[in-house]
Amino acid sequence: MKVLMLGWELPPHNSGGLGVACYELCKSLSQHNVDIDFIVPYQAEHNINFMRVSSANTEITFDDINFNAYGAAKNINSKNRNLFAEYELFTRKAINMISQKNFDIIHAHDWLTFKAALRIKQLRNRPLILHVHSVESDRSGNNRGNEIVREIEENAMHSADQIIAVSHHTKNKIISDYGLDPSKIDVVHNSINAIVEIDSGPNAYHYLTAMKLQGYKIVTNIGRLTVQKGLTNFLRSAQRVIAVHPKTLFLIVGSGEQYTELINLAAELGISDKVLFADFQRGKKWRDAFKIADLFVMPSVSEPFGLTPLEAINYGTPSLVSNQSGVSEVFKNCLKVDYWDIDEMSNLIASAIQSDAMLSELVDKASAEVELMSWTDSSRKIAEFYQRHQKLSEVSK
Amino acid sequence: MSVKRSIVLYLHVHQPYRIRHYTVFDTAINSNYFDAEYESKTSNEAIIKKVANKSYLPTNQILLRLLNDHPEFNFSISITGTVLEQLEKWAPEALRSFQELVATGKVEIVSETYHHSLAFFYSMSEFETQVEMHKNKIKQLFNYEPTAFRNTELAYNNDLAIWAEKSGYTSILAEGWDPVLGWRNPNFVYRPKGAENINLLLKNYKLSDDLAFRFSDQEWSEWPLTAEKYCHWLSEIDDANNINLFMDYETFGEHQWSDSGIFDFLKKFPGDWIDKHGNTFQTISQISASSEKVDEIDMPQTVTWADTERDLSAWLGNPMQNAAINSLYELTEKIHQTHDLLLIEDWRKLQTSDHFYYMCTKYFNDGDIHAYFSPYDTPYEAHMNFMNAYRDIVYRISQKGIDV
Repeated sequence: MKVLMLGWELPPHNSGGLGVACYELCKSLSQHNVDIDFIVPYQAEHNINFMRVSSANTEITFDDINFNAYGAAKNINSKNRNLFAEYELFTRKAINMISQKNFDIIHAHDWLTFKAALRIKQLRNRPLILHVHSVESDRSGNNRGNEIVREIEENAMHSADQIIAVSHHTKNKIISDYGLDPSKIDVVHNSINAIVEIDSGPNAYHYLTAMKLQGYKIVTNIGRLTVQKGLTNFLRSAQRVIAVHPKTLFLIVGSGEQYTELINLAAELGISDKVLFADFQRGKKWRDAFKIADLFVMPSVSEPFGLTPLEAINYGTPSLVSNQSGVSEVFKNCLKVDYWDIDEMSNLIASAIQSDAMLSELVDKASAEVELMSWTDSSRKIAEFYQRHQKLSEVSK
Repeated sequence: MSVKRSIVLYLHVHQPYRIRHYTVFDTAINSNYFDAEYESKTSNEAIIKKVANKSYLPTNQILLRLLNDHPEFNFSISITGTVLEQLEKWAPEALRSFQELVATGKVEIVSETYHHSLAFFYSMSEFETQVEMHKNKIKQLFNYEPTAFRNTELAYNNDLAIWAEKSGYTSILAEGWDPVLGWRNPNFVYRPKGAENINLLLKNYKLSDDLAFRFSDQEWSEWPLTAEKYCHWLSEIDDANNINLFMDYETFGEHQWSDSGIFDFLKKFPGDWIDKHGNTFQTISQISASSEKVDEIDMPQTVTWADTERDLSAWLGNPMQNAAINSLYELTEKIHQTHDLLLIEDWRKLQTSDHFYYMCTKYFNDGDIHAYFSPYDTPYEAHMNFMNAYRDIVYRISQKGIDV
């Protein structure tokens, strides 16, 4: 089985969960005798041996790319007029480079690759599977977002042979936003492999380490600072938590267009001394942010899946997640709240950090849950989709 | 025809005061932990009204008729203080129907703690106070003085039996758990180790659970269970003097719904057992008085009637449960120093074992029986509500000028 896969990023050249999900999925698929040709839009070394990775555009690096898979296109568009010019360039280059390639199935991840994927389907008459990690309205915090991107998503989804959604949350959005036939959409949840890198040395957050010794509790969010992530509600909750439990510190790790807005909001709420913004981090500083926390909070307005709560468990930290997330469909041993319910969000955070016994029980039971998760089940399902489509396409020939 | 064998039917009636969605923002402001909105899943008023209509009223109607129709039919009940209070407030007609049953003189009431607590394992003085409170309540509402004892969740060990004997009880109840019984069976009267005269009756959990758990299970190979079949099983047991069928009262109409046929079964089976099979029913005290104790039973470890483990782990099996109950009992001395009866009563309501059961995570991942009996979505929610209420209790103690 030969699969042409179109993606936007792979670790270590990634800015979020999409790259990680693609990487883990492909790694697991390769164990089901799936031969993958993965195309990314930039030139880089990936050091991957379970599939071929090729670059559509050898002239740019990951950091040169002016837009990424996550930001709502509307926001990026205002900063960068070349968005759609770049998008067209990637589409053209991707189409050009596949003329030499042999494949049975096309599998494309998120809107940036959809146009290219659709053209390749037309040119080569192969079944097309679109893998939807988010839709435009997710990325715009439940607003409509960019109309051009919506059109790209809608066209491609209607023309595709099958859609894979990363959650029921996402499947429902596809149906309500684009009127897709539900029977064409299958849910395959993301997963996690319990592999943790061992770091040596003290935690990178020295100040927080010292404050913990004085009895402070640390509540952390790690993610992009965009409207989709619901961080304004998080800060409003933080204010209420601090009011009843003053020895609480909030650590926010990430960057994004809301950066200054959130810093200003913390100041307006009078909690600047209790909220630490640590900017975007990788490696040890990223892992240490999970480790230092007593509670990890993912307050997203609309989260197609949301891997970070599962990652947090790998670092021994329990989570509070919004009900508007895909991960809440599969993860039982965490606390859950509606993203708009600031009262309850504050109550859950403040109640949780006052019960070490509950936090430890959450970690204990969630670890057992995460241990049972693996990409194997998800990739097996997808391998079956491939085989079904291959048979169908042979019949039609 | 050999000697008649007896069914000892014992039904346990209980409802806790469930804690409402009680947040950190309520602590130290409102102390109305048990007053959920009527529409809420934790509304005690709504639940008692529902259970009264689905279970207590129809079941009592059937039982009363059976008592009138069959002179040999009788049974035993235990009924906690927390459910009695709620019946008085919100379902007085159901309370009257229990009083009518007891007024026949053919229903024995079993003694226990007023608050359905695990106080025996934490504070002897608190335990004895709650048993006394329960006695008074039973005297007040039923004009009845119990002679048999059961501890919350049938949590039993040798020490409890010795305590019960010293306190003047003539019978005590426990689970008939195979690892304890060994080659023996639960169908006789036993003597607890370390006691002289008190009679130990052991639940026949297989036959009890056929009704309490399996009756409506269509996957069960014996489904549907008819009165005829059930009486046949009971009369076919090789070696039996008394068959102890112990279960929750709510088995009838609440755990097993009316449409499962449980009420038709209840109407029919006592008559079949007495008339067709020539057998009888006895209350706990009657069987104790009329039977020889066949052997001694040694239970140094606590045995309960819950889960496959039959230990206390459904209530005290994880750190959340232990933190909650330990914190609560650590207040024992100080709360009495307040002499604030309302405060002490709220503290006692928090001792009800159900609160700790709701925090059980043992089977949370499989979504089983614990989840069915909980008004909360998760064990964590139960724990947080409880701890916020607990902190309010601490605050109220401190307001009395007592350092906590």
